[in-house]
Amino acid sequence: MSQVPLNYLNATKGLKSWLFTLDHKRIGIMYLMFIAISFGLGGFFALALRLELLNPKELLFTAKQYNQLFTLHGAVMVFLFIVPSIPASLGNFLLPLQLGAKDVAFPRLNLASLYIYVFGGLFCVYSMFSGAVDTGWTFYTPYSIDTSTSVISMTLGAFILGFSSILTGVNFIVTIHKMRAPGMTWFRMPLMVWSLYATAIIQVLATPVLAITLLLLILERTMGIGIFNPALGGDPVLFQHFFWFYSHPAVYIMILPAMGVISELVTAFCRKNIFGYKLVAFSSLAIAIISFFVWGHHLFVSGQSDYAAMIFSLLTYLVAIPSAVKVFNWIATMYRGSIQIKAPFLYFLAFLFLFSIGGFTGIMLGALSLDVHLHDTYFVVAHFHYVMMGGTVMAFIGGLHYWWPKMFGRMYSEFWAFIAWAFVMVGFNMVFFTQFILGAKGMPRRYYSYLDQFQPLHAFSTFGSWVMAVGFILMAFYLMDSLLNGKKAPDNPWGALTLEWQTQSPPLTENFIETPVVTRGPYDFGQEKRS
Amino acid sequence: MDTSLKIESLMQKGTAFFPGAVGPFADNADSLFYFIFWGSVIIFVGITLFVGYFLLAYRRKKDSQLATGQMTHNTLLELSWTVPPTILVLIVFIWGFKGYLHMAVPPLDAQEIHVNAKKWFWEFGYPNGNKAIGELVVPINTPITLIMSSDDVIHSFFVPNFRIKRDVLPNRYTKLWFEADKVGNYQVFCTEYCGTGHSAMSAIVRVLSAEDYKAWLADANSGDELPLDKLGEKLYTAKACVTCHSTDGSVRVGPSWKGIFDANRPIKGGSTVKGDENYLRESIVNPGAKVVVGFENIMPTYAGSLNDREISALIAYIKTLQ
Repeated sequence: MSQVPLNYLNATKGLKSWLFTLDHKRIGIMYLMFIAISFGLGGFFALALRLELLNPKELLFTAKQYNQLFTLHGAVMVFLFIVPSIPASLGNFLLPLQLGAKDVAFPRLNLASLYIYVFGGLFCVYSMFSGAVDTGWTFYTPYSIDTSTSVISMTLGAFILGFSSILTGVNFIVTIHKMRAPGMTWFRMPLMVWSLYATAIIQVLATPVLAITLLLLILERTMGIGIFNPALGGDPVLFQHFFWFYSHPAVYIMILPAMGVISELVTAFCRKNIFGYKLVAFSSLAIAIISFFVWGHHLFVSGQSDYAAMIFSLLTYLVAIPSAVKVFNWIATMYRGSIQIKAPFLYFLAFLFLFSIGGFTGIMLGALSLDVHLHDTYFVVAHFHYVMMGGTVMAFIGGLHYWWPKMFGRMYSEFWAFIAWAFVMVGFNMVFFTQFILGAKGMPRRYYSYLDQFQPLHAFSTFGSWVMAVGFILMAFYLMDSLLNGKKAPDNPWGALTLEWQTQSPPLTENFIETPVVTRGPYDFGQEKRS
Repeated sequence: MDTSLKIESLMQKGTAFFPGAVGPFADNADSLFYFIFWGSVIIFVGITLFVGYFLLAYRRKKDSQLATGQMTHNTLLELSWTVPPTILVLIVFIWGFKGYLHMAVPPLDAQEIHVNAKKWFWEFGYPNGNKAIGELVVPINTPITLIMSSDDVIHSFFVPNFRIKRDVLPNRYTKLWFEADKVGNYQVFCTEYCGTGHSAMSAIVRVLSAEDYKAWLADANSGDELPLDKLGEKLYTAKACVTCHSTDGSVRVGPSWKGIFDANRPIKGGSTVKGDENYLRESIVNPGAKVVVGFENIMPTYAGSLNDREISALIAYIKTLQ
């Protein structure tokens, strides 16, 4: 083992060296571990509820257990998995490396946010065993005031998780402003950094609103303050406004980092400068800002004023444009590139197609009269899974493969990665494309049982979930195998230009031997050719 | 009245994505859907062709191969994929808003029907004082305004064939209007999650011809001539008891009715109560008073929804289920 150079993984040893570490890379790896566990747990709930939906009769679960299952699936996937997924794991690991810094601006705060995340997660897990909540992850009042299940422990969990999100956001903003290496101007930052910056802004501004809303819900349940409870003169729809004022921007907390990852993947595997750097960077900021003014599109049938509905619909279309522009820019980036099809690039392609379908169906849902028909049906379920899973999760997995050699110093099996990707793609479309048809035909979401005529499509969707599960189980195996038996990774296996690839794999504890001096843009492959 | 009509199938009728179309709003929603659908298909195929071509033409063959060009910017190109999509979505926006306005403003001469939602059934109140559960009967080609409210949590009234949906709230009235132009029975769903019985909270809209509707009005409130237990059997489905109570001993949200008459019922708090007429009556008008062990106190009161004869009829029916 004497040949293994000193790096952040082997620099210090023992459990304590991990529990008390201030190294952003170790914190990122620990986040990655918890996030992977959460994804497994949420995926397990998904498989269970799809199994129940195999036919309209009672198969394994009662109606109440089914309602708890889909609530836990949503809550775990949103609060424990997808919100922290890219920023907290890949983001933590990469941000200082890509900026040429030794660490984030506040390493202790960073560790604290990890502990807060774990603490909040424990509350959520506790709530599963103490009368699991059955309100749906949206906790709509007044149902969430009436139900006998444990709403408080789950909302308290989400409340605590929010602080983790805020602290990470603050830390990233300061790091990006203050810790850039000499020569790293704003427009020499990798687009991943831009998207983390835009994400952090939303995290800091929107998450407190969720915290207040959940706190009010807890007070309503315990003390009956009468803000949401109609029996006490409260307004249950007010909760929806508060909730979506956070949760719509939160959709962009989930997708913006994914867009950052995608920009890194397409440039590295095409050896190409990104097409329209400034447009892509600024569209992230534009999305971050406009995303605060579209929450009402979740309430088109709630009885909100027709004028409000009109404005929300219009603004929804304005926020769609920057996303579409990005997709076209990524495609244009491939033009005249040198395209290498490896696993991360396969996930780039998956993202491109699935996210586009998510976007097109978003155009349908943003249209007022059409939304009236499609609202709260499986069409919506399919739409947001195409965006969240087809978009964010595909980018996350693509990014994980891309940075895996840097994180662990080992290569994974390209062959098995391709097989797993194929299973995930086929399974995903089987599960969710079916649901577009079901929903448009009228099948409402959150239904334990359904009309017999929907059964063939529901069964097909359930079969798809098994295909997809095979893909993810394969992935877990070959990634584990890579840690133990993988080939040693070179410092820069993909020939990328961003700074994290200019140091060793895995990096030193303080990232670089000497602080790098930046003299070119992050994707300046043209300059490399000349030199 | 033709009771042999089945509920129209959502999957079998209509177009590939949409169920059969009834009423004034389907045109707007369906044409808008297929406009976006085909537009998306064209763009998607375009994207696929470009990506496919790039993958073939620029695939890396040697490890050392570099990009052959470094285009970083092209204002004309970027405008070409920013401006036309913006115009397209603005068209979609106006198209959708027009349809929405149409739905938002009921005609002044519309007939009003009150809709009352409870966990987990729909109750329809007609101007003449009639009430019906689970079945909304309307005449063809007549605008109907539904004035809706909820007794408990938020529900949502959805008729896929009509392309209409509106939340039903506990603290205010919401309105919905339609004008059915085809005779038939159409499915109603609840689409706002409302708890254990959410997926069982359905109803039908029965659209009748003008003559059938007249006959139905005259016939309504019949049942006076039925013997009590037969009336009870009819009410069991008509008043949505069937949603939560079985008659064959299987457990649903509430206890099965089989064999409960005169049986000793263990209730929450440790005591036992005999399932006699008075207990059954109390459980219908004040369900929370004595809750059987193993079940939750979630049944809404039927006081006001059932008259004395109807309550007696249900008890008589339960007596027959031994």
